[in-house]
Amino acid sequence: MDRRRFLTGTTAAVLVLPLAPASATQEAMAEAIRKVVGTATPTEGRVKLDVPPLVENGSTVPLTVTVESPMSEADHVKAIHVFNEKNPQPNVFSARLGPRNGKAVVGTRVKLGDSQRIIAIAETSDGRFWSGGADVIVTLAACLEESP
Amino acid sequence: MSNILVNAPKTARRGEVVEIKALILHPMETGFRPGPNGRIIPRNIIERFTATWNGAEIFAMEMSPAIAANPFVSFFAQARESGTVVLRWTGDEGFAAEERVAIAVE
Repeated sequence: MDRRRFLTGTTAAVLVLPLAPASATQEAMAEAIRKVVGTATPTEGRVKLDVPPLVENGSTVPLTVTVESPMSEADHVKAIHVFNEKNPQPNVFSARLGPRNGKAVVGTRVKLGDSQRIIAIAETSDGRFWSGGADVIVTLAACLEESP
Repeated sequence: MSNILVNAPKTARRGEVVEIKALILHPMETGFRPGPNGRIIPRNIIERFTATWNGAEIFAMEMSPAIAANPFVSFFAQARESGTVVLRWTGDEGFAAEERVAIAVE
């Protein structure tokens, strides 16, 4: 190996390494989604994820998922799952719903460890999956700093 | 119990879709944070929240450490008959709490 080739090789390695952990957690989110949807491919649409685009404090972020559905016996949302890509774990929550809910809307407050994309997946009674997402910028992260 | 706050209407018209909001005091310790001594604080979260209307389950939610401390949940329910809504939280370290609200349907 000559010196020039050695140098280009090391530069490439240095450039690639910092990106590795981020893609690993995106991979974890994809894996968590696969566990829910199985071999089906979620269709983008019908799911609206409301979360502030810019968050000052990641330890309590209001999040609401709204799914367009008549919520009748014949056609309703069975479940809503929310995933994140940069917290230590990809799952946020899984809610089970039915025609008794009248409206497919679930609200909660979440912790976000970093700026990231959140994805919500809804399963309808016909066995199909729908998805929607939102990007959030977090200025002060939750979770990992030491407790006071 | 004073550490639970539930917001639901006392009365509803038959068929009306009402919002139920519930908040409970709980640290939701993630199990990923080091404490003052440098050791990881063990995980202590609420894992499950359920709501029943006259005994029939109308809503359930599996929580993860990504749910904020003092978990807040809001969902909707169609008022079909007068009755009692029972909200239950269960989690790590044998945590269990329950709150009931009565909704009169006219």
